[in-house]
Amino acid sequence: MFAEIEQYFRTERLPHIWCPGCTNGIIVKSIVEAIQKAGLDQDKTVIVSGIGCSSRATGYLNFNTLHTTHGRALAFASGVKLANPELNVFVITGDGDCTSIGGNHFIHSARRNMDLNVILFNNNIYGMTGGQYSPMSPSGAKATTAPYGNIERPFDICNLAIAAGATYVARGNSFNTRQLTDIIYNGIANKGFSFVEAIASCPVYYGRKNKLGNAADMLKWQRDNCITKEAADRLPLEKKQGKVVTGILHHEPAPEYTTEYQKIIDKFQGGEES
Amino acid sequence: MSSVAETTQQMPIAINLSWCKACGICYALCPVKVLGPDELGKVTVIQANKCTHCKICENHCPDYAISVVGGKKS
Repeated sequence: MFAEIEQYFRTERLPHIWCPGCTNGIIVKSIVEAIQKAGLDQDKTVIVSGIGCSSRATGYLNFNTLHTTHGRALAFASGVKLANPELNVFVITGDGDCTSIGGNHFIHSARRNMDLNVILFNNNIYGMTGGQYSPMSPSGAKATTAPYGNIERPFDICNLAIAAGATYVARGNSFNTRQLTDIIYNGIANKGFSFVEAIASCPVYYGRKNKLGNAADMLKWQRDNCITKEAADRLPLEKKQGKVVTGILHHEPAPEYTTEYQKIIDKFQGGEES
Repeated sequence: MSSVAETTQQMPIAINLSWCKACGICYALCPVKVLGPDELGKVTVIQANKCTHCKICENHCPDYAISVVGGKKS
């Protein structure tokens, strides 16, 4: 029931601005449920977002929120975390925000392994600005700037995050809300850079341009085309063609940045507790 | 009219119509067709007695407009 999570929302700002059928709202609810499950203090939780449809989420969430410049959410979040490591910092970003203009911030944040929880809302398109293709639009997909189909190849952002050194990488979708909540919750428990790609649907731009049907049809596509990592490991290769693998894809703990930084401070302050 | 009021009280599903954007996800996903569209395409309860409290509508409402009353806590 919404009443159970109402305290985490600025309800006077609802209903939100997202289009009818946009699943960003479902993902935001999963984030909030994961925070509630982890029992994080609202006053010690910071949510940082960049620019884009997904990044509007900070306006509706009743935490310390920071709505920053395009692609730079991770840079602001790193500053917040480094200034006050006891805060729980979340970053809400979109596929355009994170992988295009914020691509460099993304790989270096993953490499540094600062204790941030990044949730990327992947709707495959720049929705807010009118449906331009993004670095995560699939090859052949139509968009305002790709009327004959996208000739570029998309990022596999989870593989990129693993290669860049993220210690926790997972993928979920907006149909399987329980799984999405669980993987975000596990990401909170990971002390280090936790990255979750949440597959969202944009029926107004991506769906309409590519004739994918209405909002419910796009959710059903997620249901029918996503398989869990456990199931994918057992399937033969030909049955995995065209499927999206969800679940925890990578978890390998490593020394966390702010902890290591504190060690340096302690060393030069004669081992005194700060 | 009193019967209408009674049905409303027993509704298994509370709907906040001012937040509903008529996307149609809830009534497309409802496995027992408890929900349906009204004349504006917004959600309305058409067969309250069939509700199994599965909460698919509540969990997939992007606008937090649906709350399933009663049933097991998810």
